[in-house]
Amino acid sequence: MTRDKISTEQRHLNVVILAGALFITSMGAAAASPEMAIAGPESRLVKSLHEISDHQIDSALKGIDHVLKTNPNFRLAHLVRGDLLLARSRPISDIGGAAGGAPERIADLRAEARVRLQSHQEPVSRDMVPKYLLQMPRDQQYAVVADTDKSRLYIYQNIQGKAHYLADYYVSSGKNGSQKLKEGDQKTPVGVYFITANLPRAKLTDFYGSGAFPINYPNEWDKRHGRSGFGIWLHGTPSDTYSRPPRASDGCVVLANQDLDAVANTLQVGITPIIISDKVEWSSADEVIAQRNELAPHLENWRRDWESRNTDSYLAHYGRDFDSGGQDLAKWSSHKRQVNLGKSWIKVDVSNVGMLLYPGRDDLIVVSFDQDYSSSNLSNKMKKRQYWMKEKNGRWKIIYEGAA
Amino acid sequence: MVESTLFWNYLILGLPNQKREKYSTMKISTFHQALAPVVACAAALLLVVSPLAYADESQEIIKLYRQGNLPQALQRVEAYLTSKPKDAQMLFQKGLILTEQNKIPEAIRIFSSLAADHPNLPEPYNNLAVLYASQGQYEKAKDALERAIRTHPSYSTAHENLGDIYAKMASQAYDKALQLDKSNAAAQTKLSLIKDLFTDGSKGVKIAAAKSAGTPPAKAAEKVAEAAVEKPSPEKLTAVEELPAKTATGSGPHEDIIKTVNDWAKSWSTKDVTTYLSFYSKDFQTPGGAARAAWEKSRHERIEKPKSILVSISNQKVTIIDSSHAKISFKQMYQSDSLKNNTLKTLVLTKAGDKWVIQKEQVGQ
Repeated sequence: MTRDKISTEQRHLNVVILAGALFITSMGAAAASPEMAIAGPESRLVKSLHEISDHQIDSALKGIDHVLKTNPNFRLAHLVRGDLLLARSRPISDIGGAAGGAPERIADLRAEARVRLQSHQEPVSRDMVPKYLLQMPRDQQYAVVADTDKSRLYIYQNIQGKAHYLADYYVSSGKNGSQKLKEGDQKTPVGVYFITANLPRAKLTDFYGSGAFPINYPNEWDKRHGRSGFGIWLHGTPSDTYSRPPRASDGCVVLANQDLDAVANTLQVGITPIIISDKVEWSSADEVIAQRNELAPHLENWRRDWESRNTDSYLAHYGRDFDSGGQDLAKWSSHKRQVNLGKSWIKVDVSNVGMLLYPGRDDLIVVSFDQDYSSSNLSNKMKKRQYWMKEKNGRWKIIYEGAA
Repeated sequence: MVESTLFWNYLILGLPNQKREKYSTMKISTFHQALAPVVACAAALLLVVSPLAYADESQEIIKLYRQGNLPQALQRVEAYLTSKPKDAQMLFQKGLILTEQNKIPEAIRIFSSLAADHPNLPEPYNNLAVLYASQGQYEKAKDALERAIRTHPSYSTAHENLGDIYAKMASQAYDKALQLDKSNAAAQTKLSLIKDLFTDGSKGVKIAAAKSAGTPPAKAAEKVAEAAVEKPSPEKLTAVEELPAKTATGSGPHEDIIKTVNDWAKSWSTKDVTTYLSFYSKDFQTPGGAARAAWEKSRHERIEKPKSILVSISNQKVTIIDSSHAKISFKQMYQSDSLKNNTLKTLVLTKAGDKWVIQKEQVGQ
C-alpha cells in the first residue's frame, strides 16, 4: 500500500465523519428550481457541503475557495475551509471541532450551517404560500415573510393579487428568540408589520451595513397587549462579516448586505408588509382563497352599511374590544352617531384591498385599503388599516381602525 | 551495493538521455519508489563536471556551511557557479546558505529556478515551500509541496510539511471564522527544510521555518548527510517485497520482533526517551550519519517537546533475513498535540544477545 493510498483512505474516513457532522442526509441536494438559480455564496457553500458528503473533498475545497474569493468575510465558509484542510490529516468530528476558540462562537457557526443547509434541503414549496398572504393589494408589489425559527426571509411577488415565490434569504434575529414583549428583551417581534422608512447607508453606522428599513413595531395589536420597545429594523451586516449567527440581534431582522440590497428593491415604504413568525405556516392557494372569501363579505357589508347611514347596522361591525388607539367602542359609537346625523348622503369606495392573517392567530386579519369617502358635507381619501377579529360565534368584527 | 555502483558508473560514463530515462523507469519497480528517479537525475547532473573535483569542492563548501562560515561558503559556491552557472548541486547549496543568511527572497529565487529547471526533483519544491511558509504564503507553499508529491508520491518530508501547511491554513481559516485575536495563534509551523538535494526525504531537518535564518547552521548540519551527493545505500535499493508465506509463519523471531517494535512505539508514546533509545543498536545508522550523541539529543528534544504523543502501528510485515537480522515494515500513525502524520516505516533489526535492536530506521518500504 502506498503512502498516497493511505492518505486517500484516511481522507475519506475523515470526510465521512465530517459529513455526519454536517447533518447531511442521504437525500443529497434538492432539485434546483428556477428561482433558486441565483448563485449566491450560500448555494455554493451548500454545494461544497454536499460534496463533502460525497467524498469530493477537493471539489468542496475549490468551491469554498471560490465563495471566499467573492465573500472574504464569510466566517462559516472559513470554518468549513479549516475543516476541509484539517480533514486531510486528522479526523474532524464536527464542524469546527478542531478549531479551538470560544465554544459559543463555534456553536453559532454550526447553527448557521444547520439552518442554511436545512433551507436547501427543504426548499420552499411552489404549491404553497405562507398562509398569511390572503390578498395582496394592487399597489403592493411584494410581501416579505420572515421565519425566525428557520432563520429565513421569503419574498413573494404580487402577480394579479396572488402571491408568487420570488426568493428567500438567510436572516439573523433576536439573541433571545422571538415573541418580543418588552424593551431590551433582545427578542424579535412576531406579527404583521409594515416598512415605515428607508434609511440609506450614508445615514447609518457600519453596524447596519448597506441599509436599514424600520418597521412599525409595536403595532396596534402589540400596543394593545402592552408590548414595548422600539427600533426594530430590517437591516444589513457590518463590513467585518458576511453574515451574523442565526440568533444575534437585539430583535432586528438582519440580512447579508448583498441580500439586503436585493430585498431593498422590493420594499415600498408604508406599503410593503413584513410578516414575522416564529414558525411560518403554509397553505394551498385554495385555502388562502377560502380564508379571504370568508372575510371579504364582512368588509363589503361594513362599507354598504356605512353608506346606508344606518348607524346601528354600521356599528354592529365593531367588536366589544374595539379601540382606535384613542377611542373605545362607546366613544367611537357616539362620535359616529353624531357625525352621521348631519349627513344627507354618504358614499364609500373601498379599493386596493390587502388582507394579512396574523401569525399565530387564525382569528385575526389585518386589512388595508384605499378609502374614498364622500358625503354631503365632507369628502376625503385615505389609506386605512383595520384589524378584524373572529368572535366565538364565528362573526368577524373590527377591533381596530385607523389611518395606515 | 554492487548494483548501485554499476548503475552510478554507467550513468557517469554518459548514457544518452533517452536511454537513461528508460533505465530509471525500469528500475523504479524494484528500487525504492521515490528514490530511483532522483538518483537518475542526480547522476545526470553529475555528468557536467568531473566527479572527483566536484566532490572535493562540494565537501569543502559543506564543511564551511556546517561550521557556520556562511560568507566564505557562499563565496566558494559563487566562484564555482561562475564557471558552471547551472550546476544544480551548487545552486542548491547556495539556496541553503542564503536561507541561513535570512536572504529569503534570494533563496526563493534560487530554489524557484532550480525547480523550474529540474521539475522532477522534489527537494527544491520542498525548500521553496518552507521559504514561502516562512513568509506566511501558505497557498504558494502548498502548491510547491503538491508538486513535490506529484513527482514523488511517497516523499515523506513533503507529506509531513504539507500536513503542517494544511494545519496552518486551517488555523488561519479558523481565526477568520471565529475572529480570533491573531496574537493568540502564535504557534510556529515546523517545517523541514531539505538540507541535501538528493536525500530520500528522511534526512530532512526540522527547523522552525520562520526562525530558520537565525539558527547557526552548524548544529543543524550535524544531522545532515555526510556527502552532498549521497549514493543510495544498499537497503534503499533492495526491493522489499515480502512473500506473505514467509511472514505468516508465526515463528518465534516474528513474535519477538513484533513485540519489540510494539514496545518501542509504546516507549515513544509514553515519552520515555531512555527506554526508547535502548531499542537502538550501538551501531545504529543515524539519519544522515549524524553523530550518535547529536542524534540522541535531537530525539530527546523531539520526543520531550510535545505535550503528548501517540504512536500506533499496524500492518506489520516481518521479513527474517538471517538468524540475527530482520526487517519489519509497518504503518506508523504518529499523533502529537501539534502534528498528526501517517507514514510507512521500515526498521532493520539486529540481534544483540537475545534482544532485537534497531539498526536502521527508514521511512517508506
